[in-house]
Amino acid sequence: MMKHTIAVWVEDYPGVLAKVAGLFTRRGFNIESLAVGHTEETNISRMTIVVEGDERVLEQIIKQLYKLIEVIKVRDLPTPNSIGRELVLIKVNASSLPIRSEIIQMIDIFRAKIVDVDKQVMTIETTGTEDKVEALIDLLKPFGLREIVRTGKIALSRGK
Amino acid sequence: MKLSGVEIVIECLKKEGVEVVFGIPGGAIMPLYDALYNEPSITHILTRHEQGAAHAADGYARATGRVGVCIVTSGPGATNLVTGLANAYLDSVPLVAFTGQVPTNLIGTDAFQEVYIGGITSSITKHNYVVRRAEDLAGTIKEAFYLARTGRPGPVLVDLPKDVQLAQANFEYPQKVNLEGYNPTYMGHINQIKRVAQSIAQAKKPLICAGGGVIAAEASSELRDLAFKAHLPVATTLMGLGSFPETHPLSLGMLGMHGTAYANYAIGAADLIIVLGVRFSDRVTGKLAEFGSQAKIVHIDIDPAEIGKNVPVDIPIVGDAKRVLKKLNELITPQEKVEWLKMIEDWKRKYPLKYEDNQELKPQYIIEKVYEITQGQAVIVTDVGQHQMWAAQYYKYTEPRTFISSGGLGTMGYGFPAAIGAKRGCPEKRVICISGDGSFQMNQQEIATAVTNDSAITVIIMNNGYLGMVRQWQELFYDKRYAETNLKGNPDFVKLVEAYSGTAFRISKKEEVYPTLEKALALNHFVLIDCVIPAEENVFPMVAPGSPISKMIGVD
Repeated sequence: MMKHTIAVWVEDYPGVLAKVAGLFTRRGFNIESLAVGHTEETNISRMTIVVEGDERVLEQIIKQLYKLIEVIKVRDLPTPNSIGRELVLIKVNASSLPIRSEIIQMIDIFRAKIVDVDKQVMTIETTGTEDKVEALIDLLKPFGLREIVRTGKIALSRGK
Repeated sequence: MKLSGVEIVIECLKKEGVEVVFGIPGGAIMPLYDALYNEPSITHILTRHEQGAAHAADGYARATGRVGVCIVTSGPGATNLVTGLANAYLDSVPLVAFTGQVPTNLIGTDAFQEVYIGGITSSITKHNYVVRRAEDLAGTIKEAFYLARTGRPGPVLVDLPKDVQLAQANFEYPQKVNLEGYNPTYMGHINQIKRVAQSIAQAKKPLICAGGGVIAAEASSELRDLAFKAHLPVATTLMGLGSFPETHPLSLGMLGMHGTAYANYAIGAADLIIVLGVRFSDRVTGKLAEFGSQAKIVHIDIDPAEIGKNVPVDIPIVGDAKRVLKKLNELITPQEKVEWLKMIEDWKRKYPLKYEDNQELKPQYIIEKVYEITQGQAVIVTDVGQHQMWAAQYYKYTEPRTFISSGGLGTMGYGFPAAIGAKRGCPEKRVICISGDGSFQMNQQEIATAVTNDSAITVIIMNNGYLGMVRQWQELFYDKRYAETNLKGNPDFVKLVEAYSGTAFRISKKEEVYPTLEKALALNHFVLIDCVIPAEENVFPMVAPGSPISKMIGVD
């Protein structure tokens, strides 16, 4: 199944997120991730939603979103023409010095950062595409993952 | 000018031209009722259940084309509206519902009679609001009415916390609304309309399928122009009944699950289907893959989300049916596909609607007599079930807004309160409610509303002692295992009406039909006629669920 990234501009008032989420549930569309925040304009929020489905499902999602009065604009952001990023925090077991240095070497390649460390665990931060984030998590798995938190993808179209 | 919140609500209703509202008071909406008490220009009709209020407002809206309004209290009052709102949403009926709410400082505390009705109704309203400041009331109500009646119409809910009703604010009714995310497309794309005109000229077997959108857009006369000019046969959906005169030779009647054989055959054989204001419900299409499989499909609808939702479309046009058809009618040339029309004539001759007209009191016969005595001029309001389909099949509708029925939601209990609302909207018209013994009991408390308000409607109950449509399915698909469809314990409907000081008759013989109808209509008051019909009469033709519509049971 194809993954699609769509940007949704909405009026920024209580209940809007619930309505958008409710729409996806009711119509049986599967949300892979959803990120929301303020934009350059006051009172307008922007959601980045990653969904699974074929072209027909994507078309229905966009049309149904437009039916919500609070939705101002919807754009499909296909990968080659857009920049997508995700932020992730990974807490991993790191109870000995050799392990810690192994992890540090590894995450250097990913240009990830260590944002917290103690005798038991290290917390690593990185941003990147979904593939990169997945790859890093995969590599850290053998050390024992304590907790992971991901923002979900945010995306902008390329060019103006 | 400073006014209280509820005075603002009343002023807004007046600005919107509201003359009647349906509802029931309760704690959280008492301030608004207190303001209504002094308002001579708005009549309030007290129903006996909030569902009745919603359906009455819905019937009023469908019969008149105006926005229906209902008012209820918070909590159970609001939740009792839910079915009515869903019903209006699925059939695109313009409603504005006001609900009382607990004061803003109690919202979220599980206060007495508090529910979050905005959340509950968000998927069954076009939009809804919780008004948190009296200053926002006028703008919100303006928007609510605007949203309800424009674009694809639908119900809008406005939740009014009690303290907002009592607070003071300046009143100024906005001239226009400013909704950035709401811009319905009315004008169809001209190049697409040209393509339709070309397709009509090239087609050998063209036909029109008209739905509720034609009625909502007041496009019946444009539809007639198109059909007459290009000699296009017209099939209508249940919701489209009345958009095209069924007395005209080009009419195919209704298509779909209980449609006419000739309409369903024509859909299967057509090479061009112009679909107007239709959402391709499964009751219309039957097996999707085979619906109009020989045809190029033109879909004209105001709601872009309906286009391509269920059926792939060759020429999509987003727009208002009236404006698109006006343009299209300018572009087409008179033409007549003689062979195609002859084919349809043959089907009509070979496969007419029919029933076994013997000595029994047949429901189809009753509908025919209702048609005869009203000369097709009545507003027919139905409940849901077998009687609904017989009313759709055996009465010939010629004008829009004369067939009022719950299509999408299929709400048993809709018909009676909707008929009260329709009569209030069209006092000069005959309003006849065709119901069943099952459906009628789902809102029979509204007998009080009909009697008290001297609502001169005639209710005809097709009483077969069963939940008839479910029983029919059990007979056909469940080996006659009549699980819980026998309505033993039904009341004596005549005595029931008499208990409310109303008039009612019971008939069980064919020869009683016409004189009883005559008597009932002459009384010009609320009258109920309980018709004892054969228990196992079925609705035919019938397309089994999941079958293509050309495969019908009861056609030979």
